[in-house]
Amino acid sequence: MAAHLSSGRVNLTALREAGRRELREFLDKCAGSKAIVWDEYLTGPFGLIAQYSLLKEHEVEKMFTLKPGRLPPADVKNVIFFVRPKLELMDIITDNVLREDRGRSPQRDFHILFVPRRSLLCEQWLKEQGVLGSFIHREQYSLDLIPFDGDLLSMESESAFKECYLESDQTSLYHAAKGLMTLQALYGTIPQIFGKGECARHVANMMIRMKREFPGSQNSIFPVFDTLLLLDRNVDLLTPLATQLTYEGLIDEIYGIQNTYVKLPPEKFAPKKQGEGGKDLPTEPKKLQLNSAEELYAEIRDKNFNAVGSVLSKKAKIISAAFEERHHAKTVGEIKQFVSQLPHMQAARSSLANHTSIAELIKDITTSEDFFDNLTVEQEFMSGIDTDKVNNYIEDCIAQKHPLIKILRLVCLQSVCNSGLKQKVLDHYKREILQTYGYEHILTLNNLEKAGLLKPQTSGRNNYPTIRKTLRLWMDDVNEQNPNDISYVYSGYAPLSVRLAQLLARPGWRSIEEVLKMLPGPHFEERQQLPTGLQKKRQQGENRVTLVFFLGGVTYAEIAALRFLSQMEDGGTEYVIATTKLINGTTWIKSLMEKLEPAPF
Amino acid sequence: TRPLLEIYSASGLLLASLPWKSGQLVQLGWTASEDLLCIQEDGTVLVYNLFCEFKRHFSMGNEVLQNHVLEAKVFHTEYGTGVAILTGAHRVSLATNIEDLKLRRMPEVPGLQKPPSCWAVLSQDRVTIVLLAVGQDLYLLDNTSCSLVTPPGMSPSAGAYLQMAVSFNHRCLALFTDTGYIWMGLATLKEKLCEFTSSIRSPPRQMVWCMRPRSRQRAVVVAWDRQLMVAGNSSECIQFVLDEDSLLVPELDGVRILSRSSHEFLQEIPEPSQEIFRIASMAPGALLLEAQKEYEKESQKADEYLREIKEQKLLPEAVRQCIEAAGYEHEPDTQKSLLRAASFGKCFLDKFPPESFVRMCQDLRVLNAIRDYQIGVPLTFTQYPPWDPGGVGWPQQQTWGGSAWGWGLCWDLPAPSLPPQVQQKDKSDEEVAQAINQKLGDTPGISYSEIAARAYDCGRTELAIKLLEYEPRSGEQVPLLLKMKRSKLALSKAIESGDTDLVYTVVLHLKNELTRGTFFMTLQNQPVALSLYRQFCKHQERETLKDLYNQDDNHQELGNFHVHSSYSEKRIEGRVGALQNALDEFYKAKNEFAAKATEDQIKLLRLQRHLQEDLNRPYLDLSLHDTVSNLILEGHHKRAEQLYRDFKIPDKRYWWLKISALATRGDWEEMEKFSRSKKSPIGYWPFVEISVKHHNRYEAKKYAPRVPPEQRV
Repeated sequence: MAAHLSSGRVNLTALREAGRRELREFLDKCAGSKAIVWDEYLTGPFGLIAQYSLLKEHEVEKMFTLKPGRLPPADVKNVIFFVRPKLELMDIITDNVLREDRGRSPQRDFHILFVPRRSLLCEQWLKEQGVLGSFIHREQYSLDLIPFDGDLLSMESESAFKECYLESDQTSLYHAAKGLMTLQALYGTIPQIFGKGECARHVANMMIRMKREFPGSQNSIFPVFDTLLLLDRNVDLLTPLATQLTYEGLIDEIYGIQNTYVKLPPEKFAPKKQGEGGKDLPTEPKKLQLNSAEELYAEIRDKNFNAVGSVLSKKAKIISAAFEERHHAKTVGEIKQFVSQLPHMQAARSSLANHTSIAELIKDITTSEDFFDNLTVEQEFMSGIDTDKVNNYIEDCIAQKHPLIKILRLVCLQSVCNSGLKQKVLDHYKREILQTYGYEHILTLNNLEKAGLLKPQTSGRNNYPTIRKTLRLWMDDVNEQNPNDISYVYSGYAPLSVRLAQLLARPGWRSIEEVLKMLPGPHFEERQQLPTGLQKKRQQGENRVTLVFFLGGVTYAEIAALRFLSQMEDGGTEYVIATTKLINGTTWIKSLMEKLEPAPF
Repeated sequence: TRPLLEIYSASGLLLASLPWKSGQLVQLGWTASEDLLCIQEDGTVLVYNLFCEFKRHFSMGNEVLQNHVLEAKVFHTEYGTGVAILTGAHRVSLATNIEDLKLRRMPEVPGLQKPPSCWAVLSQDRVTIVLLAVGQDLYLLDNTSCSLVTPPGMSPSAGAYLQMAVSFNHRCLALFTDTGYIWMGLATLKEKLCEFTSSIRSPPRQMVWCMRPRSRQRAVVVAWDRQLMVAGNSSECIQFVLDEDSLLVPELDGVRILSRSSHEFLQEIPEPSQEIFRIASMAPGALLLEAQKEYEKESQKADEYLREIKEQKLLPEAVRQCIEAAGYEHEPDTQKSLLRAASFGKCFLDKFPPESFVRMCQDLRVLNAIRDYQIGVPLTFTQYPPWDPGGVGWPQQQTWGGSAWGWGLCWDLPAPSLPPQVQQKDKSDEEVAQAINQKLGDTPGISYSEIAARAYDCGRTELAIKLLEYEPRSGEQVPLLLKMKRSKLALSKAIESGDTDLVYTVVLHLKNELTRGTFFMTLQNQPVALSLYRQFCKHQERETLKDLYNQDDNHQELGNFHVHSSYSEKRIEGRVGALQNALDEFYKAKNEFAAKATEDQIKLLRLQRHLQEDLNRPYLDLSLHDTVSNLILEGHHKRAEQLYRDFKIPDKRYWWLKISALATRGDWEEMEKFSRSKKSPIGYWPFVEISVKHHNRYEAKKYAPRVPPEQRV
């Protein structure tokens, strides 16, 4: 079940196990039958740690969603609230507790499990409402970094970017630092820390501080990671705005992957039976889990979508050949062997069928004219063409009232690729947007400006061409089928963030000092002393392991690019990726939008 | 030569000395807070600290001045340390708590002509009483009366009382008579526990109780010049020879025997130790210890022993026994072998909670460290505070010379710290803090916040703050700083930690503590705290948010604030009013664009209201685009045109908008008219496209010739 977590260079099952253990210990503290009241946001991430069966084993009989009002009746001894430490949620809990029927017998015991951190503020809040005493156990569950795949960890903190860069609220960075401490406790002290950006600096400072807070706990685990690279999302605002062109990236762009699950339109997945002519089409969306446990998916997820088709057809041939084998099976022994392989072959066949359907769905979209036009404009911007004037395509899209987020992505992309827009151009776009989509979006535009995604060109100089050339962000001769450079993930554009990681490994950042200075925030290096016994003596040909932590989010295409670097034969470095949230341009921009619902007149 | 007053640690190291210049001493004693009490003949009590520094003095009353003090006793109750004196007039006076001095003169014993043979102070039900023996009579003195009492079961031929002893917990009483008879019973004199007749009848030098909490075995230790006897509920007694003059000090779980050259501890062997080390013991703990030893020898017997325990399902019990027994051992080697056995046993258990084992290791580290002769605090495990918080453990520390309390041990962490400096008043705070830091350095587990808390309790707030500087864990610094009312410092520490929850906690604390003005000023200097407080206000107190922005003259944010609030207005006038405020702020912020946009928004809202009234269709809160589009859809082309001009909608966009709306309406005639009104700024391809989109190939064909050849597919 957890095979996908142990497949990589670093066995992340240990992290999940630690998480499960902590959960079990808490559940056992509340003896007797239990009902869990969920902060809805947590259910997805929790699913990656523990299935319902684990909860059931520990006498969890009912689950509810946290909402105001009286708690549903459930004949259990304990009611446990699983919540993030947010005051809004405390108000709901207070309401729940106050409305609890005092006359019922036996009385139910209340407990709170704060995820990921117990909060004095929340407890003070509950105290002022006079309900703090109602809770027998108030504990924390340090679910900071959740293992998503063998090389991928995420905090799934949706608002991390907004909080850090817009609201100067660095709570998520504190959790990130805590998460890294947990990781080091399990996988050894990371001897080298590199970073770029204000938030990266802050996290590194906190890590060093936290280490000093517990000088006694000398870590005696042989370090698994050689290097930690902390990257601020605002060092590279460009990459998430561009449309991802890997298979997984496109699934996410089009359908949205949540906690490794994707919901797809059901039509393509209808069981094909002859003569029924598509009458009873399923109406429920098809839900699929996507991770490297699925062999085929692991192979194609990071490929450029244009290279997926050939793999799928090759696979199809292999599988049908394998099924043909049965005709050659003559002896009982041969038949037996064939039968023993059947389950595996059937799984492979259904996996192939699923991905063929998904690929068809995606292809319908990627071959559309609008997708093509949009991509052309993106690529023009990224390669530095006409970034300084109002773009016709964007204007036309606004005129036809295309989805606002699409417009915002494009305008921001243009702004970033031009180190800001001329005031006149910027005002024109803003006015077009306000007139077309409504004046309430003035706050959203303001947020984008604060985050630096949309801004007037102040210095009068456009640094982007220098950055693009020095870091080789645009590659004209991209090979989508057999890539030789990370630029394949965006069919030409090499993600800046990943380029930084690549250059750090070889030849080192000293070669790009000038460009680093143009990017926002400080860059730095820290070393954490290891006891002599734990210092690594590298075997010939053994790869280094680098943990790249994206503060503010990472896209699937960037992950694909890093995986590509891990697999390069002479790469010398393998990457594990951690992030505050898995994002794409749409979810990212959405998180920055101000939701204003007018009160009905 | 003058006499010397010397203070030693429990291991015999001289801590301080002082030539004695005051009057004749009757008695020395220690208070619960580690002060030395020197009780003089004239009833004056001088108080010194551990370093022979004079602290203060008090008097036991005027009556004493003529009569002198014959005898004095220092005693301890839950109220603190008390002093009792017997005057030359054979009267007893006492003060139950010397920190809060209230002298009580006990009632007179009728017909008392000579000093009593022995007496003791007892505490019962929070009342302090005195028991006093004169020959064969025993008197009980309480606040008001003196009564003659007879202990139950006292042999009539017992003879005259020579010595009496009250147990450490004030629950038991022992009486020694001149026939060598010892009566042992409850201090309430309601029950006899046992009796014993000693072969030695001469008056003992000292008699004390020796017992441990929760044990049924009670015994008294009687000392003569060179003889020590332990007697209890048995016809036999244990005798030891004393090589030197010795002093007995009763403690919580045993008796210390101090002499010029030695310091010994006599106690009942704790249950787990007995179980494990008794000869030929088959207790699970004993077997486990054996199994572990065999395992180290790589002998298969290890398995046999283990199997034997497991078959009886006693492995958890065995582990528990070993852990517990380790606590009672004083030799680190024995402790280690027991803990090793426990750890070995734990390997074969699925769910043995690790806390007790870890805690024991930590506790033993502390105990072993403080038992080192250089530190000289030989506490037993039972006396070690975390084990028995409150309960009967209160006064154990005073009973022997240099002792534990004053050393300010950090109980919660596995290391001792030694800040006697905390009490040195002559040095500057900075120096003391540095001295302590030099001594302790960054030793793992040192809790500077604990030491600081102690300094604060001693009234040395500044020192506490200096010490907190050495505390690496901000989580520990902040609560103490708040307690010391150093909220601003607490705030900067909280910020340093990066823990936003801690920052919030301090901020809300400050909010309640300071006036609004000072509170805002404080936040002004702490941008991190300010932004977090803004977040708080955004969710909880939006109006405060406005004040915060106002204070900074942040007109841009004020503008945004008003835009935001305008959307919660339920009436259109309210909305317009809020937007008007926003408009003003945007102007002040010199944000021309936002101001113009807001102006347009107000204009649009007013217009929409008219439209809604005139046309009786919902127009409010549509975007400008949708307003114009709806007007066209409903055929109000003139009005649409008007908006297009009023709001300066760019031609290109207006054309797109108009043909989409017309196509949706199916008004192909109007569309064609429009296409000919002037040269299309968007070309004619969109006309073709939109017609096709609405499945009207006929119309599409009309425009095709006007599309330049290169755009035709």
